[in-house]
Amino acid sequence: MIPANFDYVAPAGVDEAVRALAEAGEDAKVLAGGQSLLPVLRMRLAAPTTIVDLRKVGDMRGVREDGDAIVIGAMTTHYEVQRDPLVAEHAELIKLATDTVADPQVRHRGTFGGALAHADPAGDLPAPAVALGAEFVIAGPSGRRTVPAAEFFVDFFTTALQPDELLVEVRVPKHTGWGAHYEKFNRVAQAWSIVGVAACVRADGGTIAEARVALTNMAATPVRATGVENALVGQPANAESIKAAAAHAAEGTSPTADGNADERYRKHLAEVLTGRAVAAAAGS
Amino acid sequence: MRITVTVDGTEYSDDVEPRMLLVQYLRERLGKTGTVIGCDTSNCGACTVHLDGHSIKSCSVLAVQADGSEVTTIEGLARDGTLHPVQQAFHDNHALQCGFCTPGMIMQSVDLLADNPDPDEKAVREGLEGNLCRCTGYQNIVKAVRDAAHHMRPGAGPEAERVDERTPSHAAGGE
Repeated sequence: MIPANFDYVAPAGVDEAVRALAEAGEDAKVLAGGQSLLPVLRMRLAAPTTIVDLRKVGDMRGVREDGDAIVIGAMTTHYEVQRDPLVAEHAELIKLATDTVADPQVRHRGTFGGALAHADPAGDLPAPAVALGAEFVIAGPSGRRTVPAAEFFVDFFTTALQPDELLVEVRVPKHTGWGAHYEKFNRVAQAWSIVGVAACVRADGGTIAEARVALTNMAATPVRATGVENALVGQPANAESIKAAAAHAAEGTSPTADGNADERYRKHLAEVLTGRAVAAAAGS
Repeated sequence: MRITVTVDGTEYSDDVEPRMLLVQYLRERLGKTGTVIGCDTSNCGACTVHLDGHSIKSCSVLAVQADGSEVTTIEGLARDGTLHPVQQAFHDNHALQCGFCTPGMIMQSVDLLADNPDPDEKAVREGLEGNLCRCTGYQNIVKAVRDAAHHMRPGAGPEAERVDERTPSHAAGGE
């Protein structure tokens, strides 16, 4: 199938893009890499009146260092994130999760910001963003505002972005020297996560000094597994204490039931995968 | 909307509807039916082409998004009647049965070898995870890609597709 008709604009800058969104009204849609939007348009699950294509907005692409954070432009492709030395050094968790997104063709086109703004509960990047305490820089008609990851994701496919706002970049606090792992459970290559676990651990000697863990697809939005984090801190990085901490993984979650898994199985997966993710992140 | 795209070494300039998919443009406007449409969900990878040197699924890109870009399709790989080494390796290793997935498999394999000139079996399988084959069970496809890697060192990929390296007979023709 092919998409329904729409008006198309390709603004050259962020301000111009925000103006275009404001003019187009509520039924406009932002096109970044298009790897989620195009299939939805083609199947006519969405029929926006106007598409605002960001391909000419050059200053939204690339990764830079800014004090104690790295800043990832929303239009940076997954392929670029995977190979970026700043991401690898300071936010390895994001690199590892990006490695598991879809397939090579999709990673060539799909963007970091697009995947986050899409806010699919089974998407692999929201949980790492929440785990690392990322901040979302949003441009709108009245200027820019910054929203913490925990408040950016509001519901299924719903974020703090207003119809006339644009996600410009994401500030990720540096987690230099932390061990990281993204454990994804799915049935076949390129399938969505049934459950995913993003884990980042700072070990000091043999002891876990700090831990950040967040879950993919265990609720409408990514869930920070604070119970697991609290149980890990101060413990030896061994199988026994990791297993005990992972038993808290399903706390506060409300997973959906679908053809892949019911609620109980997802909670079981959350515990098992958390154990694996933390163990890999802690290098034990 | 007016777009200008270089496809397989020839520059085309056309008016297209914004909603036209790149794969439709290639097949219906340019007649490049070597690139096929396999699914409606961007799963199968049969429509894989290279856009500015990287593999993409042309069913998930609008023609207008390719404005000003260079596209290589399966029809642009052979040189003067000689198959590209990856095409030859698919032939030699019987890496196809019905052949429908083959254009996409070959385009993705060329991309994979550009990134990794000597992939082991696991790397080939992961590199082709976005391409589905319902006939072969993948065994001979993996064999073909590794065979091609041995034949084409130090690697093919985007550099081998550059327009300025083309022979006049390939650059000519079209609009």
